[in-house]
Amino acid sequence: MTETLLEIDHLSVDYETGRGDLKALRDITFDVNKGEIVGIVGESGCGKSTLISSILRLTAPNTRFREGEIRFKGQDLLQASERHMRDLRGADMSIVFQDPMQTHNPVLTIGQQMLDIQHRSKQSKADKLAHAAKMLGAVGIPDPEARLKQYPHEFSGGMRQRIAIAMALMSEPDLLIADEPTTALDATLEVQIIERLQELQREFHCAILFISHHLGVIAELCDRVVVMYAGAVVESGDVREIFHDPKHPYTRRLIECDPGHIKERARVLPTIPGEVPDLANLPEGCIFRDRCDQAMSRCATEVPPLDQLKEGHHAACWLNHEEVTT
Amino acid sequence: MLNFATRRFGLSLLILFVAVTAMFLMIRAVPGDPVQIMLGPRATPELQAQLTAALGLDQPIWKQLLIFYGNLLQGDLGTDVFSGRSVTEIVFQQLPFTLELIFASILWSATLGIALGAYAAAHPNTLIDRIAAAVSVSFVAAPAFVVALLALLIFAVHLQWFPAIGAGEGFWDRLDHLVLPAFAIGLSWVGYIARLVRASMLEVMGESHVRTARAFGIAERRVVMVYALRIAILPVVTVIGVGMGFLLSSAVFAEIVFARPGLGKLVIDSITTRNYPIVMGTVLVSTALFVVSTALADLINALLDPRARTAH
Repeated sequence: MTETLLEIDHLSVDYETGRGDLKALRDITFDVNKGEIVGIVGESGCGKSTLISSILRLTAPNTRFREGEIRFKGQDLLQASERHMRDLRGADMSIVFQDPMQTHNPVLTIGQQMLDIQHRSKQSKADKLAHAAKMLGAVGIPDPEARLKQYPHEFSGGMRQRIAIAMALMSEPDLLIADEPTTALDATLEVQIIERLQELQREFHCAILFISHHLGVIAELCDRVVVMYAGAVVESGDVREIFHDPKHPYTRRLIECDPGHIKERARVLPTIPGEVPDLANLPEGCIFRDRCDQAMSRCATEVPPLDQLKEGHHAACWLNHEEVTT
Repeated sequence: MLNFATRRFGLSLLILFVAVTAMFLMIRAVPGDPVQIMLGPRATPELQAQLTAALGLDQPIWKQLLIFYGNLLQGDLGTDVFSGRSVTEIVFQQLPFTLELIFASILWSATLGIALGAYAAAHPNTLIDRIAAAVSVSFVAAPAFVVALLALLIFAVHLQWFPAIGAGEGFWDRLDHLVLPAFAIGLSWVGYIARLVRASMLEVMGESHVRTARAFGIAERRVVMVYALRIAILPVVTVIGVGMGFLLSSAVFAEIVFARPGLGKLVIDSITTRNYPIVMGTVLVSTALFVVSTALADLINALLDPRARTAH
């Protein structure tokens, strides 16, 4: 029996700006089960970062939660006290950020920072340092005791990201959020980090919410995938389903554009023409309509709902509705 | 770290050498014969020749410079033309008064400025932040000599809370005499440092590592005081180190307004009496003070920021 850990339930988030409310997230719904790896994929500006900061509730001051709930172990985080949120952060849920070069404090040693994040533990300082060294060893940092005394600038980017992963897993969280953890690294390092993440996930049994725009990594690592476009979920489901039988034109185009999927030598790399719509001034109907080559008249007026097409596969596109296809 | 300190010390010596040599040559280039000015129009040629020889002014300029450095290495800055006392002795007698004034000024203004700036940055765009901004800017705009005169009139003459002139005897009395001049010199620094810390803090608070610290549930107090302030403070240390030059010139005003002994008063008095050896000695010690304080600022920065240690 799988147990639900994180439920995003009809979440809508706005940013208040000078030119009106920016509708950053609209009606987002998906679950993450215990011990499951869920990938979130989408272009820059699709709301991935807003989603993560909403889950951790580390949002900018102009953020407004308009609707919906984020339930973690059944409790609505949007209603939780700041005190309770702080108890969760770095304990039950932790995060690995995108840029390893900026993610650590430059004037404190790695050891000091790894001590600081164990602020809830009652262990002695020596035990905490030993725990930190053990975690560094687990992510493949050689000679961890000595390296605890070093500063972030004395490590390479790949090492720093491994340290970030070690720090995030230190409290054995139930949920690990990985925000494009390999985007800033080169391809060989990316493979290493992903393999390490897989190993550690098997060891710690935590659920991972893995955000990336690299489809190959998502296919390799994740059980399920959520495809986001312009602040909305357009398709979600089992990772094999989505990659072999995408039901939303955006997902299809995304897969076509992934360099890993291009078989023949092309003069021009495939792209999706057009631009993401202005989130402060959303068009009527389907948000992908302007860039979709299969758009119909209905797409201009009605927003397609995120419907279940079969067990565990949802998509928001009118093409999947029988009355249209027949 | 030791390596960095050695290199920084070497650089300081070089700066000092260049500055002192330039100053020596500049004083010699000033038109007018110092001997004639000192002895007056009615002096006999024999007397003039005697003094010229006594001051070493009959030697070629490079030899004069060598003699000057030779004496300097022995701690000899020359002799006061009028009293015949050693310049080193006179300058070092006055130095503590100026030092205590500068330290008192920077101590209170940096403490208040950093607290004000950090608080404003932790609560950006609130009413308190705006009030702090208005207060800081008006502090920056207030020139030290105007503040000194007003403080003297209000707190010493009218309210008679603090003594108006002199430097005092004994610890508490000296402290009492420091309050008004240190207030006058430090006030604009409070505003300046507060603005600097606020801007620097806001920048650091927006950096990824602060977000990381928060994402690990580290208490906001510790995030602000340790994770952000330790980085935000770096430019302030540099500014204070370089600002010693400005502080020295503000100290000249304050020492004149409050009739305090000190390097500022000494150099003004010696310039009016054309007592060149004392002018030279005072400027030399002030230059050394400035060079030492910038080196000290760099050392403190290197202690606070591990990246600075390897950057050179």
